[in-house]
Amino acid sequence: MALLSIEGLSKSFTLHHANRRIQGCRDVSFSVEEGEFVGITGKSGSGKSTILRCIWRTNVPEEGRILYDSARFGMLDLMTATQRQVVYLRRYELGYVSQFLSALPRQTAFDIVLRSALDAHGASGEGPARRETERMLRHFGLGEELWGIYPRTFSGGEKLRLNIACAMIKRPRLLLLDEPTASLDNASKLKVRALIEQLKGEGTTMVGIFHDLEFMEGLCDHEFNMQEGMMA
Amino acid sequence: MAEALTACVAAGGEDAPQLEVRDLSLRFGRGCPACLREAPAFEGNVCPACGTVHAVRAASLEVYPGEIVGIVGESGSGKSSLMRCVYFDEQATGGDVRARPFDGGERNLLDLSPQRKRAVRNQVFGMVYQNPHLGLRMGFSSLSNIAEAMIASGERNVGVMRARGEGLLERVSIPLARATCPPRVFSGGMQQRVQIAKALSANPPILLLDEVTTGLDLSVQAAVLDLILDIRRSSNVSMLVVSHDLGVIRMLADRTLVMLSGRVVEQGLTDQILEDPQHPYTQKLVSSLL
Repeated sequence: MALLSIEGLSKSFTLHHANRRIQGCRDVSFSVEEGEFVGITGKSGSGKSTILRCIWRTNVPEEGRILYDSARFGMLDLMTATQRQVVYLRRYELGYVSQFLSALPRQTAFDIVLRSALDAHGASGEGPARRETERMLRHFGLGEELWGIYPRTFSGGEKLRLNIACAMIKRPRLLLLDEPTASLDNASKLKVRALIEQLKGEGTTMVGIFHDLEFMEGLCDHEFNMQEGMMA
Repeated sequence: MAEALTACVAAGGEDAPQLEVRDLSLRFGRGCPACLREAPAFEGNVCPACGTVHAVRAASLEVYPGEIVGIVGESGSGKSSLMRCVYFDEQATGGDVRARPFDGGERNLLDLSPQRKRAVRNQVFGMVYQNPHLGLRMGFSSLSNIAEAMIASGERNVGVMRARGEGLLERVSIPLARATCPPRVFSGGMQQRVQIAKALSANPPILLLDEVTTGLDLSVQAAVLDLILDIRRSSNVSMLVVSHDLGVIRMLADRTLVMLSGRVVEQGLTDQILEDPQHPYTQKLVSSLL
């Protein structure tokens, strides 16, 4: 049984002020088995982000089914899951990583990851959460010299690694990567590739969208290209 | 939070809300046949025929354990009025409000006697107003302000109240040396933090926060937001947060309601409201974000 299977997903955006409808994605179907890495490529505006955001439910999907095999709820259609269920899944089962950092202002890198840990495993106490935070930060190449710093001043690559640490500390069953390599230079992109390789080696199931797949070559179990909202 | 969500799972993801508001209305004026229909023909919230102001119109919401629900909307959209009705500061014209921590959600709180309403205010809700003057006695010491709320909720032991008051002030970063100062001599940010300490003093299961960070400088705002999230994490309190600052809502709320002319026009996961708004007004509001 696939961990995630998407069937005939369509999404368009209605812009009331311009009285227009914009097609996001149309009739997209694919599935992801446990431990697999599925890569989606396409130009800007091809609809690849829309797919990811429909899974995360930032976007309201319109048609189709997004079947996710939840550890807690069993097989669940994310199209129709309640908001409360989605809040639960985001906290405990799904991870979303983008190049942008969204955290409370004036928090150190360490605290941002610690909070993420406490949100997901707060019950086991702050001591274990602190130790896990230290381990994660080191694991993803954020040295101790960065822990006490507000990440406003981080480089793009450091912010991304911080985001990944935040998402991974929750040990998500499914990780969504929203253009993690965008706006990074080649050296940083290679580091991201190594990071994804590492996550894959650890058995993380991932769906990632990328501008260009050359950096991900040989890493994806499946990949497909989006053109004008459709799978090419 | 973790415990609350575990309970949520045990109930198949559909646990019971702490606070449930159904079809709440607040009207100033008698209303007339033209404006009491379900979908009156006029725009805005003032009836052109009889001049009745419809501040809140059939608003419904629920807040689950450990959840933060945001209400956004322009000035005059009815978001504060809705909250004030829930806290009995305004007498709702109609509707149904239930609080699980009070009586398991059995009775409509709006129908309670004034005495029982006072008990609900003191034991179930903690309220933080935009204007600290509404929530604090400015001439009494900060500790006395907190003690007052604890006395109202049934505490009588002075030693307990002092210890808890000092603990709360410490938690909101008011130095103990200033605990006996009246809020009158504090800065706006400090007053707001004393108000939060007071609202927390009776360990209310539901916090109502009305524009808590409005008018505070960015640095104090960050500290207050941090405090709010810390409270949620450590004590699993449910919160209803009214703000016209979408940035604050983005940081705090799991789910968000959008109000316009007294009605809830859209509600959803906060990032969905901000990134994929469905209602024309929400689209306009979100695109006004700096």
